Amino acid sequence: MSQAQRPLSPHLQIYKWQLTSVLSITHRATGLALSVGTVLLVWWLLAAASGADAFRVAQGFWYSWIGRLLLLGWSFSLFFHLCNGIRHLCWDAGRGFELKMVYRTGWLVVASSALLTLIAWIAGYAVRGHG
Amino acid sequence: MSEEMRLRTPLGRALGLGSAKEGVAHWWAQRITAVALIPLVLWFVIELVALTGADRPAVMAWLHAPFAAIAMVLLLVAVFHHMSLGVQVVIEDYIHTEWLKIGALIVNRFAAFILGAAGIFAVLRIAFQG
Repeated sequence: MSQAQRPLSPHLQIYKWQLTSVLSITHRATGLALSVGTVLLVWWLLAAASGADAFRVAQGFWYSWIGRLLLLGWSFSLFFHLCNGIRHLCWDAGRGFELKMVYRTGWLVVASSALLTLIAWIAGYAVRGHG
Repeated sequence: MSEEMRLRTPLGRALGLGSAKEGVAHWWAQRITAVALIPLVLWFVIELVALTGADRPAVMAWLHAPFAAIAMVLLLVAVFHHMSLGVQVVIEDYIHTEWLKIGALIVNRFAAFILGAAGIFAVLRIAFQG
């Protein structure tokens, strides 16, 4: 292996921040966050299946401030990964590669995932208010 | 015809599996599960919002309905398949110590199956109760 003298590409932090790269790494980060979240989803389902006491503990966690904070993070992650995932599927179909379009759909993903998160939380609090 | 194409055996070209020996199977499965998850996730979010503040009987009644139980099982299958494929790529990209990488890949695959089995068991248990 003769790799000692090869030129290396500069480290990541040298590059200017841009929407494209930030959304790319955010897609991975939200995917990983959602993977961790599946543990709590399964816990919630198992608690509902096992009994009233287990369910009360799980529900108590979700309605605590830390539970709500995690749920806020996971709901945004889910909407972001969903919206940006659809953007990726369009690219897979060979569409939307023009630079102008890449930025337009990028900002659309940011706006729509923020809006969907807001709508879901407003709707959740409205439902709870009536129940 | 390019130099690369002429260097490959006719059988290798016909199979089209490339150097990874699995072709586009991983890539395709990631997309198939992604497409499946679009309606499933939208349905799931709407159901969860509607269940805000619900007690256990309400959650049980929700999963007792055949449509919800089937959709939930499909969601769990698609989620854990999609998850294990995605996390696998992240592990392969960022972990370069061989034993750590192999270990993480095994944990990733096991976790997907264990969580998937547990989630589906919970849904079916509720669906088939009373």
